[in-house]
Amino acid sequence: MAKVIKLRKGLDVNLKGKAILETTQVKCPGEYALIPDDFTGVKPKVVVKEGDAVLAGDALFVDKLHPEVKFVSPVSGTVSLVERGERRKLLSIRVQASETQEYRVFDQKDDVKALLMESGLFAFFRQRPYDVVANPEDKPKAIFVSAFNSMPLSQDFEYALKGYETEFQAGISALSKIAKVYLGVNNKQTNPALTVAKDCEVNIFDGPAPAGNVGVQINHLCPINKGEVVWTMGAEAVIFVGTLMTTGKVNMTRTVALAGSEVKSPCYAKMLVGQKLNTLLEGQIDKSKSLRIINGNVMTGVKTSSEGFLGAYSTEINVIPEGDHADEFMGWIAPRFNTYSSHRSYFSWLLGKKKEYTFDARIKGGERHMIMSGEYDRVFPMDIFAGYLVKAIIVGDIDRQEALGIYEVAPEDFAIAEFVDSSKLELQRIVREGLDILRKENA
Amino acid sequence: MKALRKFFDNIKPNIAEGGKFHAFRSLVDGFETFAFVPNQTSRVGCVNIHDAIDSKRIMSFVVIALVPALLFGMYNVGYQNYLAAGTLANATFCDLFLYGLLAVLPKIIVSYVVGLGIEFVVAQWKGEEIQEGFLVSGILIPMIVPVNTPLWMLAIAVAFSVILAKEIFGGTGMNIFNPALITRAFLFFSYPSVMTGDDNVWVAQNTIFGLGNNVPDTYTAATPLGEAALGTPLTDSFNAIIGLIPGAIGETSVIAIALGGILLLWTGVASWKTMLSVFVGGALTGLLFQSLGMSPLTWSDQLILGGFCFGAVFMATDPVTSARTECGKYIYGFLIGVVAVMVRVMNPGYPEGMMLAILLMNLFAPLIDYCFVQSNINKRAKRATIK
Repeated sequence: MAKVIKLRKGLDVNLKGKAILETTQVKCPGEYALIPDDFTGVKPKVVVKEGDAVLAGDALFVDKLHPEVKFVSPVSGTVSLVERGERRKLLSIRVQASETQEYRVFDQKDDVKALLMESGLFAFFRQRPYDVVANPEDKPKAIFVSAFNSMPLSQDFEYALKGYETEFQAGISALSKIAKVYLGVNNKQTNPALTVAKDCEVNIFDGPAPAGNVGVQINHLCPINKGEVVWTMGAEAVIFVGTLMTTGKVNMTRTVALAGSEVKSPCYAKMLVGQKLNTLLEGQIDKSKSLRIINGNVMTGVKTSSEGFLGAYSTEINVIPEGDHADEFMGWIAPRFNTYSSHRSYFSWLLGKKKEYTFDARIKGGERHMIMSGEYDRVFPMDIFAGYLVKAIIVGDIDRQEALGIYEVAPEDFAIAEFVDSSKLELQRIVREGLDILRKENA
Repeated sequence: MKALRKFFDNIKPNIAEGGKFHAFRSLVDGFETFAFVPNQTSRVGCVNIHDAIDSKRIMSFVVIALVPALLFGMYNVGYQNYLAAGTLANATFCDLFLYGLLAVLPKIIVSYVVGLGIEFVVAQWKGEEIQEGFLVSGILIPMIVPVNTPLWMLAIAVAFSVILAKEIFGGTGMNIFNPALITRAFLFFSYPSVMTGDDNVWVAQNTIFGLGNNVPDTYTAATPLGEAALGTPLTDSFNAIIGLIPGAIGETSVIAIALGGILLLWTGVASWKTMLSVFVGGALTGLLFQSLGMSPLTWSDQLILGGFCFGAVFMATDPVTSARTECGKYIYGFLIGVVAVMVRVMNPGYPEGMMLAILLMNLFAPLIDYCFVQSNINKRAKRATIK
């Protein structure tokens, strides 16, 4: 029987607009894009020219430092644009999809790692420390896969898994040839493909968000020490690996949740990585309103527009009001019954956990120094002093960051802490910058 | 509301960089963020949604929690004056309260004007937003000084503490010592004649706008703690709990403070760990001295007299200057209780020890935290070397 790990710290926020378990069809043709910025820590080198014909699975760009790690096209077609920004920074590579999809077929090899690098699926490995795309030269001590999302409005992986159980198991078995695989499962999940998955250690996590974050699971099962590396992979990407193992093709189709208070009928849709978002959002949002479309989760995702493309790691698209003209009067003292707060100076504790709230993107306060103590620890289920770590990052004290456990964290682990922070510090950005500096120093 | 919004929108160009009234940017900003929740939305790479709690709300809840003690303090100021003059029987409740209000209000105004004035100037100078911390300090300060403190002294003390105890460290959230207590400590050591317990400082002695009574200069009313230091036990603990005894303006009523304390604990603004351990520390030490026969006061008297309750509820729990680790809060609070009673009993000079105890432990809070953080660091280091 799998071990059950109960987490007390954390916070579940009940947002309006959860996706109902129903998959709608969306139009597929058109332009697709691979965004190098999605793959944190990679220096992209383009290997195609505009006008080149590519198959699904052909490389579009590679990592300059590790050219064997390829980043491949999700569709077959012609390269329509290599978009560059200031100082020739590569912004995106766009592919115009052809009518019929053709796939490059990869030969099965015993060396799983080499196959994954060749097929572009290695890009879905992320590593701790630093939370960047994994370095193929490292020998990871473990591979962590979290089979559930705990953030509000996130995708229900158990629903997305339906019909892909064999591929998922094939993926896990393939990963286990690289290192020991730990699969984190939620106590509410019942699908035997998860609870009794083979070739991996299954652990059950019971607790509020961010229990679904791999960082939390690593901290409880196999904490990272200096010099060690752990790889992580999203559960959806494990299905991609399984498909590659069983068919030899790269098929980056995932079940994306479209959710949020501004979505007319929140639902699921099958989408390819890099697919244009307007194919999904068509008719689902009111374009006259000021909206925030988020590539990814409300807690961790990036603001985008309906002209954006599905991010490489995004398993949901959330839409909330921007709220930049709310002009709320005397918010510091008004009762604000319809406003959610985890703090008891508001009344949301009275209205029960079932009430759903609409959130806009406002910060709802001014940025201050860290004033309250223990705010982060309340929602940070790791054996780390979150407040002290953030302070060490702000002052740039690298030795202290190491001592306090920066190698174990990723920006997403601080998402809930940033949400509840009364000082409104941008914790995820602070941690991201801290990790980048540390990576540079240690390189 | 719309007119107000329009007003702020209209004056915005004037206070922007290069505008006519740019020197008042921090002032206008301060008022605008008080009138309206800022419309600023989160940036890319950050959480897209935020909890509605902010430091303005937290600070205003502390101020609300202080209101019962403040109102009772005003009443008690009038009560003590009429009691000293022997005219209590002829006075109505309104007389007492109004007299107290008139005696206390100038202190509140001076404290806010001086303190917030400095805050606005510093915010303008640093190009930052106004920080709300002084909203709490500004109301705490008049509540912990004797009613006869001259306004000019108060002004100097407030300026001293805001500049030297807070702003030079970087403002709210960065200070080591509680600014309100530094104000009191400054008065205490600079002007001992108006701050010590057995003099005639605790009872307002003059009429204000025809209200109240002129009490002869020779009248003295020591606080019960002052009397205890001379060996007199507490006889009327009922009045001490209600708060009808001489003392600093806000500190006398246990009941009024308890009301505020319940609000602070319920909203989670103050840590129950700190608050509880202050009382435990004080009670145990009081019990020890009581059993050794060193103090005429029982352990429970120690808790209800002087600034013990006020300090435990409103001062020790200041999140910035107290211990920040959860376990550290127990030790920090416990030692405040111990030191406060120890100073009261063993020090012949000061009948009251709460202020000194909290300031001393403010100094030690980082050390307490250091021990707990270091144990986490050691655990991690050990884990790395075992393999």
